[in-house]
Amino acid sequence: MKSVYALYSNGDAAQRAVNSLRSAGYADHDITVISAAPMEEYEFSHIGHHSFQWYIACGGALLGLLFSTWLTTFAEKDWPIDVGNMPIVAWYPNLIVIFEMTMLGAILSTVVTLIITAGLGRRVPKLYDPEVTNGKILVGIAQPKDTSGADVERALLAAPGAQVRTV
Amino acid sequence: MSTSGDRLAADLLRPLNRTGALWYVFVAFLGTIVACGLFAWFFQMWRGFGLTGIRWPVYWGFLITDFVFWIGISHAGTLISAILRLVNAGWRRPVTRCAEVITAFALMIGGLFPIIHLGKPWLFFWLMPYPNQRLIWPNFRSPLVWDFFAISTYLTGSLLFLFLPMIPDFALVRDRTTGVKRTIYGALALGWRGTTHQWHRLETAMQIMAIAIIPVAVSVHTIVSFDFSMAPVPMWHSTIFGPYFVAGAIFSGIAGLIIAMATLRKVLHLQDYLQDIHFENLGKLLLTMSLLWGYFTFNERLTTWYGNGTAEINTFRVTQSGTFSPLFWTMVLVNFVLPVIILSIRRLRTVTGCVIASIGVVIGMWLERYLIVVPSLAHKYLPYSWGTYSPRPTEIVITAATFAAMTLLYTLFAKFVPIISIWEMRAGERPEEDLAAVSEQRLGESHA
Repeated sequence: MKSVYALYSNGDAAQRAVNSLRSAGYADHDITVISAAPMEEYEFSHIGHHSFQWYIACGGALLGLLFSTWLTTFAEKDWPIDVGNMPIVAWYPNLIVIFEMTMLGAILSTVVTLIITAGLGRRVPKLYDPEVTNGKILVGIAQPKDTSGADVERALLAAPGAQVRTV
Repeated sequence: MSTSGDRLAADLLRPLNRTGALWYVFVAFLGTIVACGLFAWFFQMWRGFGLTGIRWPVYWGFLITDFVFWIGISHAGTLISAILRLVNAGWRRPVTRCAEVITAFALMIGGLFPIIHLGKPWLFFWLMPYPNQRLIWPNFRSPLVWDFFAISTYLTGSLLFLFLPMIPDFALVRDRTTGVKRTIYGALALGWRGTTHQWHRLETAMQIMAIAIIPVAVSVHTIVSFDFSMAPVPMWHSTIFGPYFVAGAIFSGIAGLIIAMATLRKVLHLQDYLQDIHFENLGKLLLTMSLLWGYFTFNERLTTWYGNGTAEINTFRVTQSGTFSPLFWTMVLVNFVLPVIILSIRRLRTVTGCVIASIGVVIGMWLERYLIVVPSLAHKYLPYSWGTYSPRPTEIVITAATFAAMTLLYTLFAKFVPIISIWEMRAGERPEEDLAAVSEQRLGESHA
């Protein structure tokens, strides 16, 4: 499948290209925008913002909490030893281990979620141009409706300074 | 963005592309010291722990002092970076990675000391939470097991907190190199492209990590303080130890960060990025921590002196006016008097001033750790259990080697990874320019 994209030297032009693609009937999830840095001041940077990362991190923390609670109480009951007149299941010291494991759960689940949801580590060839690392902004469509990509080219050229490329 | 972005990338990628002969000489020099340290450690393993100066009743000496010191140094990086990220401080951009690297390496070095101190490091796995052949689990009520959980959590979190924002920079290096370099940086970039989707996921992940890592950082040094305060030893069994250790850790960490940044600025010619305003801000932070350290130290000393407990007052006197007093008063001078004078006078709060104060603080904080560990153990409750401690060459060489190891690891890191985050600098390009203008204007006003 042919992919069509254009490189722009500033955010305003990239925003106009995104708007043109939307006018041409493409939905946000069809449009790819690639930049060398996050561009929060532009509306296009909000494409694909919806995520469950915070909930998953909380879930990971909960898993860490439950696991460490089980580990400490199970280990202390499995071979009960009287230490310094403390109870066999000593909650004050256990809370320290539980806290660390809870935070570790949150951290690890955040990283795993990032890797999976951001598509890191995948070998699938994607729409990309190394010029992006030189400060250019790529706007393109991986799978145009019109197989020739003519509609995408037209939309991309509507923004000033477009260098249109097809791969 | 592209013209200044190109200059930015060229400046920050220069160390990766050019290597002078002096770099190899410096690395070889540091490598030799590290090798001496490793040799001393292996020699100690072979001949036994008797090679060290550790004798009854002082069972903790240089090695535990180093452990507490390096864990303290590690506090600068991730904690400062996380706080600055959360409050979205614009001036953080060139500072964060320099700081996060300190945490990662200082934790690795610090975490090694309990293992070195075991004497038989191959028995380290006894601390891990799994049952031995007799199905006995580690004692979760022991502060040493808490150390294992706290340090491993903080190390894991700090390494990931360092690595995640490096991914876009690895992608940049990947696109500008060829051959083996391209393959290696390509693997490290994990297929990063820089889509809006990826940027959003990365920034959200960094926010979550920053929130999670701050309490972990605080807990780590509190738990290190528990190694002391849980024991009924004069001047250890104190409720102030948790916050006192955390404040001291941040204090020494900031000092370490200032020294590292000043060295990078000078050696890698990064004056345009690590600007005077960064040192001024960190200098103010160091001044605050110096005052806080003075406050905690006064609290600790006053309570002991006023309580006048027999055992505690003995330890108090030996540090205040006895054999340890030269070390104690040096510590007060370089941790409090010197930084307060240098950093509270605006004319002196320059890069050089900050570095001088920081070197003093690093020395002072090492002395503080030593004065916590040794005098108390040497003056326990009953006079028959009093003793002395003097370090032997093995411990001194290992201690010196850790400083060389830290410098070596930092030097290697700066050679292979952009030490300032390029994408973060690009993201804040305009605000940074404004900041520089404000900085120049303010400095001009102060010198006028």
